[in-house]
Amino acid sequence: MKLMKTCLTAIISSLMIFSPMAYADKWSDQFPHIKATGDIPGDCSYEKMSKKNYKGKTLKINTHAIPVMGEPTALHAEQFEKLTGAKVEVTHTPAGDLYSKAMVPFQAGQAPYDVVFGFSNFINDWKRYLAPVPKKYMNSPEMKDVTKSHMGVSSWDGTMYQYPVDGDRHYLKYRKDVIDNPEMQKKYKADTGNELRVPRTWKEYAQMAKYFNDWDWDGDGEKEYGSAEVMKKDDLMFAAFFSRSVAYAKNPRTPGGFFFDLETMKPNINNPGFVEALTDWVEATKYVPPGGTNFGLGDEIGSFGGGQTLFSFSWDDAFIAAMQDDSPIKNKVGAAPLPGADRVWNRVSNSWENQYNQAPYIVWGWAVGVAKKSKVKDMAFDYLCFFSNGANHQADLAIGRFGVNPFKNSDFDPNIYINSMGWDPEIANSYTQTLLDMEKSNNRVFPLRVPGVFEFTSAVATGTSKALAGQLSPQEALDEVAKEWEAIVSRVGKKAVQDAYAVGVKMEDNKL
Amino acid sequence: MNFKHKYFFLFPGLFVLIGILIFPIIFVVRLSLSGWNSYNPGLDYIGLENYIRLFTDDPRFWESFFRLSFLSVTTVILQYVIGFALAHMVWKDIKFKRFFRVLFLVPMMTTPVIMTVIWRTFFHESLGPVNDLLSVFGVAPKWLTDPVIAKFTVIIVEVWQWTPFMFLLLLAGLLSLPKEPFLAAAIDGASPVRKFIYVTFPLMAPISIGAIIIRLIEASKIMDTVYVLTSGGPGTSTETSSFYIFIKGLREFQMGYAASMSFTYLIIMIISLTIIAKVLTKVLLKE
Repeated sequence: MKLMKTCLTAIISSLMIFSPMAYADKWSDQFPHIKATGDIPGDCSYEKMSKKNYKGKTLKINTHAIPVMGEPTALHAEQFEKLTGAKVEVTHTPAGDLYSKAMVPFQAGQAPYDVVFGFSNFINDWKRYLAPVPKKYMNSPEMKDVTKSHMGVSSWDGTMYQYPVDGDRHYLKYRKDVIDNPEMQKKYKADTGNELRVPRTWKEYAQMAKYFNDWDWDGDGEKEYGSAEVMKKDDLMFAAFFSRSVAYAKNPRTPGGFFFDLETMKPNINNPGFVEALTDWVEATKYVPPGGTNFGLGDEIGSFGGGQTLFSFSWDDAFIAAMQDDSPIKNKVGAAPLPGADRVWNRVSNSWENQYNQAPYIVWGWAVGVAKKSKVKDMAFDYLCFFSNGANHQADLAIGRFGVNPFKNSDFDPNIYINSMGWDPEIANSYTQTLLDMEKSNNRVFPLRVPGVFEFTSAVATGTSKALAGQLSPQEALDEVAKEWEAIVSRVGKKAVQDAYAVGVKMEDNKL
Repeated sequence: MNFKHKYFFLFPGLFVLIGILIFPIIFVVRLSLSGWNSYNPGLDYIGLENYIRLFTDDPRFWESFFRLSFLSVTTVILQYVIGFALAHMVWKDIKFKRFFRVLFLVPMMTTPVIMTVIWRTFFHESLGPVNDLLSVFGVAPKWLTDPVIAKFTVIIVEVWQWTPFMFLLLLAGLLSLPKEPFLAAAIDGASPVRKFIYVTFPLMAPISIGAIIIRLIEASKIMDTVYVLTSGGPGTSTETSSFYIFIKGLREFQMGYAASMSFTYLIIMIISLTIIAKVLTKVLLKE
């Protein structure tokens, strides 16, 4: 009996010392944000950070407005202060000003902020002002867990300048309670002669969205609509257009550039593949909610997340919003790859190939770097490493408004979403599988990351919005964009754009 | 006595003038002669290249300028008419005069960006209360997504926000008018309409010109309303000069080119507002 007692005491003591739960109890008491997991051991865990002493030092951060990315930045800054004794000053800036707020002092040779948040497609313009991520962090187990795609998105030609804190890609979100509903399937078949299923192509997407537009199909007394999309000019609409274009214009048999022909730097943006996508998009104005052509990302999240539409596509946020506890459609939504197309443009042979094509769009997302001229680089990288440590990352993933999305291989475990967020196992599986499949695809499109990227994307936003507003036909609008792109290439310098674009093409062609 | 030292007292004011007015303008001119952008930082010298591009290869700037002219002239005329009517109303002895005077000023005291967000919510075509109410009559205007209606939505918001400013200036003008001409008109038995046309309006002409010019200067900088309400859309249908310069300068980071547009815009505004002031003076102060 005495022996048994001794053994039991020894086992309990060992568990107390070596189990992560021992840390979990200790740290989650002080920091309720991580109560679901407690501290997770790692190079930048709560335990490790508590041993650092940054008393008397100040870290200055420029981040996005609250809540998206701004809220987790401030929260982790507060935690970091408590653990290390540092003083952290967080400045919140609207999304549209993040670029210029850092770029103006960068160009003037100043570093008013040690840590600057922005978007991953800023990398080409920002990289000369950012410090590369030190080897110590590159070799950490947390960094080894980051997906290959997001290592690529955060790096420039093999050197990482942006610390991974978020992972973004565009995918399809749909109302599972409608698409998988046998009664709806029967009704749809009877009325249209087609199968109601997760749309494989944009044409199917349009047919279903039109059918489910402007009537109360979920019986809540309110009308529902076909699709919620980002169509507001200058409000990330160019990314939505690229999502619709990849199926028609990213041909796995014609490597060498999706946006430009890398050899000649002639824009592909007005080829028949892109024109077909824009024609579909103009058609989509007929099945969005009233005012839908003025929807920004926030409206899209609210519309689909609030149960107003059958479909949506773009960043994770609308899906996460729909799956939050307070959502009227929790566990009624599904995730799937972006629709494809029954034909794809071959820019080499200048003809359509009549075969099914689908391409994931690994879109740009939140990114953060440390200013090269910062005097507290060590502390800045420690903060970023702490920001995305295991416990913080898992807790952040569960809060839709934080804007933190999966970018680690371990994020694709459906149990995270089932156990800590209460997701239906089938939905959690479809979500993680959709994201995982994008990682495995060999026909991906990455964001354009060339000098003066905003000039290119702004031209796309202006051209496509003119087409959506009926001011120009899709062909005329994209011809105008192509002309503008040629002018920008000429202004920036063909060689500079070509060299930068070559890095992106390597990623698309699976050579990096 | 030698009072030359008195000029030293001018220096503080002169420094401020140079610092906040002259230097920024000179810097904009210098910037406009450079190719400063995101990939080419610094004040290099490219001559008149930006101006040549602006005058020969940028129809969007001129479209946005003519759109701005339409929006600012329309809003200022409406603000003047409504502002004058309201000022005239509370100028007279009516009940709750003080209450109305304060009430009419409230829109001007609110923050334009916040109010535009609220207006955008009102005009939201699927979630906003305006179309909810109008649906009773079977209509649902596309306030923000129709290229023509969106212009009028911008006008509505601008008129709501800035009519109080016109009201304030005109009320101050009305309160400062001499009483004798009105007494003479009353003795002659002039009707209220004739009194307004032949006495009030002519006496108010100098103040009206000042108020219209001040509002035209402000209205020509319209930016926040467009930014929040429509982002210049749908298409480019509500894009104004200042919004377009903002896009080129702070979104696309074409600082040199944006500076050339700003300077050109400044020159055009100085010339056109001078002409407008002269025309108004000639028309309203003809006698």
